Amino acid sequence: MKAMKYIAGLVLCLMLAIPVKASEPQEAEKVDAKEIVFHHIQDAYEWHITSWGDKHFSLSLPIIVYSNESGWHCFSSAHLLHSEGETYEGFKIATEGDYEGKVVEVKANGEEVRPFDLSITKTVLSLFINCLVVIGVILYTARWYKRSSPESPAPKGFVGFMEMFIMMIEEDVIKSCVGKDYKKYSPYLLTAFFFIFVNNIMGLIPVFPGGGNVTGNIAVTVVLALCTFLAVNLFGTKEYWKEILWPEVPTWLKCPVPLMPAIELFGIFTKPFALMIRLFANIMAGHSIILALTSIVFVTAGMGAVISTSMTVVSVLFCIFMNCVEVLVAFIQAYVFTMLSAVFIGMSRAEAHHS
Amino acid sequence: MSLLVPDSGLLFWMLLSFGIVFFVLAKFGFPVITKMVEERKQYIDHSLIVAKEANEQLANIKAEGESILAKANEEQVRILKEAAEARERIVREAKEQARIEGDRMLAEVRRQIQAEKEDAIRDIRRQVAVLSVDIAEKVLRKNLDTDKEQMQMIDRMLDELTHVSKN
Repeated sequence: MKAMKYIAGLVLCLMLAIPVKASEPQEAEKVDAKEIVFHHIQDAYEWHITSWGDKHFSLSLPIIVYSNESGWHCFSSAHLLHSEGETYEGFKIATEGDYEGKVVEVKANGEEVRPFDLSITKTVLSLFINCLVVIGVILYTARWYKRSSPESPAPKGFVGFMEMFIMMIEEDVIKSCVGKDYKKYSPYLLTAFFFIFVNNIMGLIPVFPGGGNVTGNIAVTVVLALCTFLAVNLFGTKEYWKEILWPEVPTWLKCPVPLMPAIELFGIFTKPFALMIRLFANIMAGHSIILALTSIVFVTAGMGAVISTSMTVVSVLFCIFMNCVEVLVAFIQAYVFTMLSAVFIGMSRAEAHHS
Repeated sequence: MSLLVPDSGLLFWMLLSFGIVFFVLAKFGFPVITKMVEERKQYIDHSLIVAKEANEQLANIKAEGESILAKANEEQVRILKEAAEARERIVREAKEQARIEGDRMLAEVRRQIQAEKEDAIRDIRRQVAVLSVDIAEKVLRKNLDTDKEQMQMIDRMLDELTHVSKN
């Protein structure tokens, strides 16, 4: 019976390949997988939802720019995206050069200058959506707790799951890594965890409200790393600064030439920098791999029925596998970011050794 | 390289939105949840202690109850034994009394029968005496029809009497 099912599935796949073969002669243009991947990873002024034949369904997003000459401008991106190189209110989307794909201001002398760009781009919109999801989920959970007393039985269902999730991070990560005044830091660390986690997971959903590459974007991770940097260094104890500026090493390592202090000071910045790069690179790489694997279907579409069918099967299987891995990565990266932040904060709460 | 250059617009929006998310969640989200969970944990710990105490008390009460029950059982046995003894004693006494009474009544009856018997005997004697006198009279009357015989009789009797008195 099982073998029959497999054979039936294989036949079905082959039948699906026939229309592809039929349309083969019209497939003139080459599929540029690199272009697809980079187009997704980088930001866009519209949110392309789907295409049906020749029709494109996409969400035009507002462009908000500040020009030194003409002040603030706010208009829909649809004005710029009708055709390539179209100009609207003196702005256009650069097709080449340093600012390729970005909104630039065209000066009177033909020079292209990048204005101060606060556009609600695809990434910004998905950031907003994800923020609303995070706030919604957590406040929905918190509402249950506002309504109940310590005597009421433990919550069930979604709230119970969220409680378990939150307390797992609180108990296992924050409490054990930060140490005794973990309560002061736990709101920030929990926010960071759920913010990253929701953004990662939403990024894996391929259809409209999800699919944005938010945490795989350096501007996002730089803010998160900056927050950790501030949380670590603003509330550092005397002992922490002493360990940086005057560590317990042989005196010749710190007296004439401040070798160790220099290394330690450098370490202050490398730690959040590592956090930033790790999260950014992991998520970006995840998105790239899944897209590249999906692109296999289109790249091999023109190579004959057998190759394209078998490669389609391979691509789908690999995509399923990678998506599973990415779900894991989404959690692990949020976990690692939170844990390392907690560890750094814990180090900044160092107390004098009893020696 | 543009991948590694943070975009100013995104940076701004990220700062803003993360700031808002952090503010909202740190004020209304996580502390509410963690505080309540903490409180519940304390409540559960407290309840466990209270439950343990209650259990101990219950065990004490149980032991006490058992001892009371045992005592009551003992008491019951004792009372039953006493009751049985009392019953036996009463029955014995009653029997004794009944026997004595019976004896007494028997003796009375016997005495009465004796008395009656004696009465009857006396009566019979009297009757016999009267009858014998009557018979004797009748016999005598027949024998002493004549004067001569009467005289003979009187003489003999007198003789006899004198004879008796002489002896």
